Amino acid sequence: MSPAISFAVLSSFVAYATYAAFVNGFYYVKPYISPFYSPCLATVCGGDSHQRIQGANGVPHLGVFGPWWAISPAILILIFPLGFRMTCYYYRRAYYRAFWLSPPACAVAEPHKKYSGETRFPLIMQNIHRYFFYFGLIFNAILTYDAVAAFVESRSPAYGGGHVGLGSFVLLINACLLWAYSLSCHSCRHIVGGRLKHFSKHPLRFKFWGFVTKLNAKHMQLAWASLIFVALTDVYVRLAAAGWLGHGRWI
Amino acid sequence: MGYDLKLKIWRGDSSGGQLVDYTVPVDEGEVVLDAVHHVQAMRSGDLSCRWNCKAGKCGSCSAEINGRPRLMCMTRLSDFDPAEPITITPMRAFPVIKDLVTDVGFNYVKAAEVPAFTPTAEQPQAPFRMAQVDVERSQEFRKCIECFLCQDTCHVVRDHEENKPAFSGPRFFIRYAELDMHPNDALDRKKLVQEERGLGMCNITKCCTEVCPEHIKITDNGIIPMKERVVDVKYDPIRFFRRKPKAETR
Ligand code: SF4
Ligand code: SF4
Ligand code: FES
Ligand code: FES
Repeated sequence: MSPAISFAVLSSFVAYATYAAFVNGFYYVKPYISPFYSPCLATVCGGDSHQRIQGANGVPHLGVFGPWWAISPAILILIFPLGFRMTCYYYRRAYYRAFWLSPPACAVAEPHKKYSGETRFPLIMQNIHRYFFYFGLIFNAILTYDAVAAFVESRSPAYGGGHVGLGSFVLLINACLLWAYSLSCHSCRHIVGGRLKHFSKHPLRFKFWGFVTKLNAKHMQLAWASLIFVALTDVYVRLAAAGWLGHGRWI
Repeated sequence: MGYDLKLKIWRGDSSGGQLVDYTVPVDEGEVVLDAVHHVQAMRSGDLSCRWNCKAGKCGSCSAEINGRPRLMCMTRLSDFDPAEPITITPMRAFPVIKDLVTDVGFNYVKAAEVPAFTPTAEQPQAPFRMAQVDVERSQEFRKCIECFLCQDTCHVVRDHEENKPAFSGPRFFIRYAELDMHPNDALDRKKLVQEERGLGMCNITKCCTEVCPEHIKITDNGIIPMKERVVDVKYDPIRFFRRKPKAETR
């Protein structure tokens, strides 16, 4: 992927995610919840009888915070996937090249006078990537739950029965892409087996390592596919919640 | 079918130099090194360049062809538009001796700094008994032909001469990785490679991998695993507290 395209896609994603996180509405339409707002942390997510938040009525929520919670829950949630992607080895390469021009292209001089790489604060923080990976797994589990719940719910008689909505597939594909992205992570590869000295003494871990290694070769593609799809999933739920997609059972 | 190829070759020495134009007849199937040899034979007998094998195995003919670090003997003329001149310059990260010959001594200093293989107590002497899966991992790194194209292209030293003392470079990071992954090696070089050999300066932008003529996955299989191993001992608080004393032999 060329630096110009990386730049354009990353910038658009950040712009869209910021917008979507601040809207604090239209992220739920029965039975779909946007990945940006899942899990729902405040009871206000569910809206109340006065529909304080449009398009959010009836959202399944954890309600860890009470109704006093005023900030969009997406802002809290997005810290984790954002941190995961910011410290991802692939995205690091992409934004060091595209945003920081370090280097702008191979064998092309970089414009900086001094260079210390990832040895100092803040870039030394990249080393905590594996913790974001662990948190990422929790979010993947939640989004998988959301997808399964959407299938179960959309088959209920309230939706005509026996049919699954398109949105369920959208949520499912989104969850699968996120799993594939997480499992292909370099830290994951290290954790499952890469840190060993003796593959031969740990045959099972060696097998896992081999599997993750195969996925890892596609880490860049999975990074982009999952990034774009997660935004599209939010768009889908947003449009559906705002009533733009009609009210057929296929949404 | 032969044709006349235009070349621009950097001529000069440590005091300076410039691109000089040549036109030489070349034949189908030839590589850039052939064209340079034609210049030596027909136009300018005092042109200096290093080469040995003409088979991409000795690592001596490294240069920059149209600005890209490559082996001259493995770069086919058919990859270029015959109407356009091809520019050949010496590797930029190293001091020029003459024309296309550079002083790659930097790399030998870095090589000498790598603490040698230190066998474990269980198997103190060669021949070592190793499982194939364990051997394979380091065998990828053993393909290195020491052309130093990766060292030349790495922006950490290419653009920052001042980083040279503190940075071993991709070719040696795969050497550290190879030793760290070796089942019979007992020495822990993780802190050393981070604190004194500049592993943290690499920002994994993968240019070394892009130019490696042996297609070694320098970044994915060497540098990133090494960075993760460093995290294990330096930056991961949980592993730090519950590290098993014998972790080194696992
Ligand atoms: S990946 Fe690291 S070592 Fe390789 S060229 Fe880039 S900065 Fe240098
Ligand atoms: S790692 Fe590749 S590019 Fe670097 S010196 Fe070895 S063969 Fe050359
Ligand atoms: S998610 Fe990309 S390396 Fe971990
Ligand atoms: S002459 Fe040996 S690698 Fe080119």
